[in-house]
Amino acid sequence: MAYEIILATTMAITILFALSLNIITGFCGQVSLGHAAFYGLGAYAGAMLTKAGWPLVAVLPPAAIVAGSVGFIVGLASLRVRHDFLAITTMGVSFLFVGLVRKQEWLGGEIGISGIPAAQFGRPGLLVLSIICAGLFAVFAVYIKRSWMGFAFDSIANDEDTARVLGIDVPRFKLWAFVIGTSGAGIAGALYAHHVRYIGPDSFGFVESVTVLAMVIIGGIGSVWAVALAAAVLSVLPLWFQFVDDYKLLIYGLMVFGVVRFSPNGIAGAVQSLLKRRS
Amino acid sequence: MPALLSVSEITVKFGGVVAVEDVSLEIILGELVGMIGPNGAGKTTLMRAITGLVKPSSGMVILGGENITNWPTDKRIRNGLALGQQIVKPLTAFTLLENVALASGCQRMASPLQALTQTKKDGELKKAREYLEMVGIGNMSDAYPSEVPLGHLKCLELARALALEPRLILLDEPLAGLNQAEATEMADLISSLVNETRSIFLIEHNLREVIRICPKLYVQDQGRYLDFGFTSEVMANPTVRAAYLGEGMV
Repeated sequence: MAYEIILATTMAITILFALSLNIITGFCGQVSLGHAAFYGLGAYAGAMLTKAGWPLVAVLPPAAIVAGSVGFIVGLASLRVRHDFLAITTMGVSFLFVGLVRKQEWLGGEIGISGIPAAQFGRPGLLVLSIICAGLFAVFAVYIKRSWMGFAFDSIANDEDTARVLGIDVPRFKLWAFVIGTSGAGIAGALYAHHVRYIGPDSFGFVESVTVLAMVIIGGIGSVWAVALAAAVLSVLPLWFQFVDDYKLLIYGLMVFGVVRFSPNGIAGAVQSLLKRRS
Repeated sequence: MPALLSVSEITVKFGGVVAVEDVSLEIILGELVGMIGPNGAGKTTLMRAITGLVKPSSGMVILGGENITNWPTDKRIRNGLALGQQIVKPLTAFTLLENVALASGCQRMASPLQALTQTKKDGELKKAREYLEMVGIGNMSDAYPSEVPLGHLKCLELARALALEPRLILLDEPLAGLNQAEATEMADLISSLVNETRSIFLIEHNLREVIRICPKLYVQDQGRYLDFGFTSEVMANPTVRAAYLGEGMV
């Protein structure tokens, strides 16, 4: 049972992490190759605070604020660069985060932070908390999609120059997407830190950023349920099958290639066209 | 009557190239003004400077008494300007109806927080249908831009501009790419959209239609003001004829 709880917690945290990137990349069309840095910021902020005696539930808002504030700054960069250049800029954020953390003794340097206190309510409690956070974020994402903000995000993702001449304040909407998305990653990071109870800089590197992006692409950019489904499956595959863990990047890379080649809109697109054909 | 749009001594430079030089003009509410000039005269650049898509190196743009020179494009749009672009730019992932509804709801998206707190779209969808009917493509509302011909996309551009409920619509070559029958139909439509609450400033190379529907003309050549006034008087100006038709034609 304990193993199932660990799997389910990993799943819930990864869903939250992937949905947070889906706001930036899926909804607003801003490719980010550095999302793990914000996951890491939340993890480090959460771990430091619980080590200082804060209860886990209380560290989630500060973790979101820390990640969201840095997300705001990175979002400012997104106002100046687009497309491939934005991807490279955000990739730089990922390397910058790992490089900086490695050199900070107060953050554990290369060794990282160990002995992160367990959640007071035990593993089942952490699972429930993770499910609640992922569930609330999913509901919020669906709400955003239905709101005028979602409509504006869609137009920016489609063609931001046209969105601008239709009266949409593109830079501000992009910043909001970055802040919402990175705050979500911060919460996921704080939960992750208390799930694994040891974090190091390498847990939040480029590979993690690419992995979460693969989940969003495979699920179907912009779709909440499909991204959640892809995150749920892809997060536990390496735990179920050793060879997936050994060849993770190769397998995820092939899956992304397959999706882009055969169903560019991911699982969501494939299901949609199947339903269309049936009706 | 006070001017709705007042452009004063606008100059736009791209590096060492002066695209628009010291141009001034005024448009009054309810007017349909045509802008003509040879290729490379800086017409589109002037229009883009009015909408804020390019930053003038000097000069001032005043809309409805407010100095909008330093406003970003989106704020100008929400305050009464609309732009129909030369190369139609529909949002390809949206249906025609959604394209127009988005424009219709631009005031709801004045700030992200305001946009986040509002979900109802019924009113905007209803208005969008009306605007699509008005421009004659109401029966295509559920189609995607990739499924309709260029003439319909030109109409969509116009419907989207109308949905912004502007006081001034800037149209950049709306007749380009249309055959003569379509161009005449579109020109009549544009002319019918001008009323006491709305003006249109129209760049167009189709001289026949411009002369037919525009009571006033502004002429620009090599980035400089050439003439502005009633169409018949402007077209009688030998300098304008020389610039537009070539010296030998006058």
